[in-house]
Amino acid sequence: MLKDVTLGQFFPGNTVIHRLDPRTKLILVIVYIVALFTAKSYISYAVVIVVFALCVAVSRIGLKSLFSGLKPILIIIIITAILNILFTRSGRVLLQFWKITVTADGVRIAVFMVVRLMLLIMGTFILTYTTSPISLTEGLERLLSPLKKIKVPVHELAMMMSIALRFIPTLIEETDKIMSAQKARGANFETGSLLDRAKALLPLLVPLFVSAFRRADELAVAMESRCYHGGEGRTRMNVLTMKKRDWTALILGAIFLAAIIALARFGL
Amino acid sequence: MEPIISTEKLGHVYSIGTPFEHAALCDVDFEAATGEYIGLIGHTGSGKSTFVQHLNGLIKPTSGRVLFHGQDIHSSKELTHSIRFKVGIVFQYPEYQLFEDTVYKDIAFGPKNMKLSESEIDERVREAAGFVGITDELLEKSPFELSGGEKRRAAIAGVIAMRPEVLILDEPTAGLDPRGCTRLLENIEEFHSAFNATVIMVTHDMDEIARAADRIIVFDKGRIRYNAPPKEIFSHSGELSEMGLAVPQATVIAARLRARGVTLPADIYTIEQLEEALAGLKGGGENA
Repeated sequence: MLKDVTLGQFFPGNTVIHRLDPRTKLILVIVYIVALFTAKSYISYAVVIVVFALCVAVSRIGLKSLFSGLKPILIIIIITAILNILFTRSGRVLLQFWKITVTADGVRIAVFMVVRLMLLIMGTFILTYTTSPISLTEGLERLLSPLKKIKVPVHELAMMMSIALRFIPTLIEETDKIMSAQKARGANFETGSLLDRAKALLPLLVPLFVSAFRRADELAVAMESRCYHGGEGRTRMNVLTMKKRDWTALILGAIFLAAIIALARFGL
Repeated sequence: MEPIISTEKLGHVYSIGTPFEHAALCDVDFEAATGEYIGLIGHTGSGKSTFVQHLNGLIKPTSGRVLFHGQDIHSSKELTHSIRFKVGIVFQYPEYQLFEDTVYKDIAFGPKNMKLSESEIDERVREAAGFVGITDELLEKSPFELSGGEKRRAAIAGVIAMRPEVLILDEPTAGLDPRGCTRLLENIEEFHSAFNATVIMVTHDMDEIARAADRIIVFDKGRIRYNAPPKEIFSHSGELSEMGLAVPQATVIAARLRARGVTLPADIYTIEQLEEALAGLKGGGENA
């Protein structure tokens, strides 16, 4: 039941996109997001969609897994659409009854917002589907490393992120186990009033927190006994190197962004 | 005799319809009588943990039925819920499920969920604590102040306090020191004989199960491979080791002695039997 949660799921593969340096992919995602928010017209949206579709095709991500990832934000998408339709008052009136007015502008803006949200989420999925969490945090660490000069603990942040990602499945498994054990003693998580259900969570949360702290302690000891002392002077087994394909991808990204900005400038 | 708990063609497939589809159990027919002590052995991933969770309705079968006193436990919601109190499961490392601020309250969690009266809860908590050797002084402590072995026994008391007719234990001695192991097994046997309860024990310790169990069931790849008294089970030592399972030490020693030409019976599985057989041999040797 809980195991079905997908969070930044990674599908191993060997396409060009999979092999790109994580730094390149991170930068390109930022480029993509900026472009998406700069785009205002049908033409620029079409350009974004074409580029997005190309990336999906190259990365060989199944459309099914791409859309299934949208499920958790479906409610947000629907609410966005409804609010935009209901509260836009400008433009030609399409429909009017009681206090509700639907205008052409409202529908247009709603469609744009929905498409933008979907493209935003699915675009970032390309990153998480094609990049393992480890290389992702490594890329992030390297990308943010200039910030070390102004005393930002970049290495520590990246380490925390990878530990958190690493322990999500473990904690889910643990939750399942404790839930079964308490259910075997007659605990009821499914029925009852809201207060009853909140109370019923106590036998689950206490052991879960206890074991999380225990795990944290054990991990800290394990890391220290292998001489971990922060990022200072630490070398890596796999050193990230920018290859020719990375530079090509970045140049293509720059051209894409320039095109979108140019289109926006000309009011298209 | 009518079995207290049984399964008919029980099957369970995980994640049906996804690429991760995996059959954990397949056509399992199982029966246990009141007062039986059953050992459940099998390699990791053989389906034994999935199987025991079916017996108290924590997992719903994808095919087949689980019967308690002849009634399908999934025939009504109330029945499924009440079965949990009659078929108690002690999971692996049960000490991680302790959560109350005193041991007493933690043991009382099950009886409280059964909606028993205060006085009956008190009686059951003290009785269960007595079975596992938890003193009154420990009852008032926080479970997190106890030692590992005490925590384990407190968690088991939490299940025993429901006075289950069937007690299932999933590797109850894993990670305990030898003395803690022996003590815990004695506690379980005391409970077993005091209430004539059915005990189903999942274990990797063949010596322990050879001594205590009336019957041993061997799981392999989601199916029951053997279902027989210990004597018969351990005569299949070759097949058992193929499945990644060990045989009791006494059986190993007897087999090696036989290989060196010592005449010993083939059905030795406890140290006591081996001792007896060897003593008999020695006596015979002197007479000749």
